[in-house]
Amino acid sequence: MGEPLVFTYDIDGSDFTRAGEASSAVKNRLKMLGVDSNAIRKTAIAMYEGEINMVIHADGGKITVIISDDAITMVLADHGPGIPDIEKAMQEGYSTARAEVRSLGFGAGMGLPNMKRFTDEMKIDAVLGEGTTITMKVKLQDPDRT
Amino acid sequence: MKLQTILDLPECRTLVKGDPEREITTIFCCDLLSIAMSKAPAGSVWVTVMGNRNTLAVASLAEVACIVLAEGVSLDEGTLAKAEEEKISILATDLPVFDIALEIHEAGGL
Repeated sequence: MGEPLVFTYDIDGSDFTRAGEASSAVKNRLKMLGVDSNAIRKTAIAMYEGEINMVIHADGGKITVIISDDAITMVLADHGPGIPDIEKAMQEGYSTARAEVRSLGFGAGMGLPNMKRFTDEMKIDAVLGEGTTITMKVKLQDPDRT
Repeated sequence: MKLQTILDLPECRTLVKGDPEREITTIFCCDLLSIAMSKAPAGSVWVTVMGNRNTLAVASLAEVACIVLAEGVSLDEGTLAKAEEEKISILATDLPVFDIALEIHEAGGL
């Protein structure tokens, strides 16, 4: 088994139009590594939703991506307001996004549900007033990938 | 059908050509980016009125082949340059979403 590859990305919270750049970079890296295309798609979608959330709600943050032989793990950490009611936030259609964000085609309350749908494991650690850390895992089918 | 068939439609202005030989799988219409991201099929032509940089990011992540901007919507130069880099075709039309989707459907038998 090879050493896991670790990449970190700083997410700029001030520029909504740049959200997605880190996810694109990860997608391209996974492609170069020859990761299964379905796993790449799942990772890219889940991470992009997370990235958008960090920009909308938490003024940015930091994403760490760990690529090992059997899984892609994403850790999204921010110093935003936290999530008061996680169960509610996980409901499709529930959103606290601003009107300007909605006018750009986001803020429909699909972010967290999409993240859960496209990953095999997802864990939310939120502390009110301190921040949120979301850990997501996409399992890789082929453990013999080199 | 190939992307070239859509590029040839008289109702569409080509903003970014992409790869005319790319095979188009289906037509997808949606303006909500979170839904488009999770549902747009790879290789599809995506018809939308949502014209901003995030539209391109979503198309790229979902591996959409071509974005058709309906209702006279356009994209800024920077986004078009990025689309060029990512080899995603971008077309614009004054037609409504349904009308242009129907045109593409009839032209390509999708």
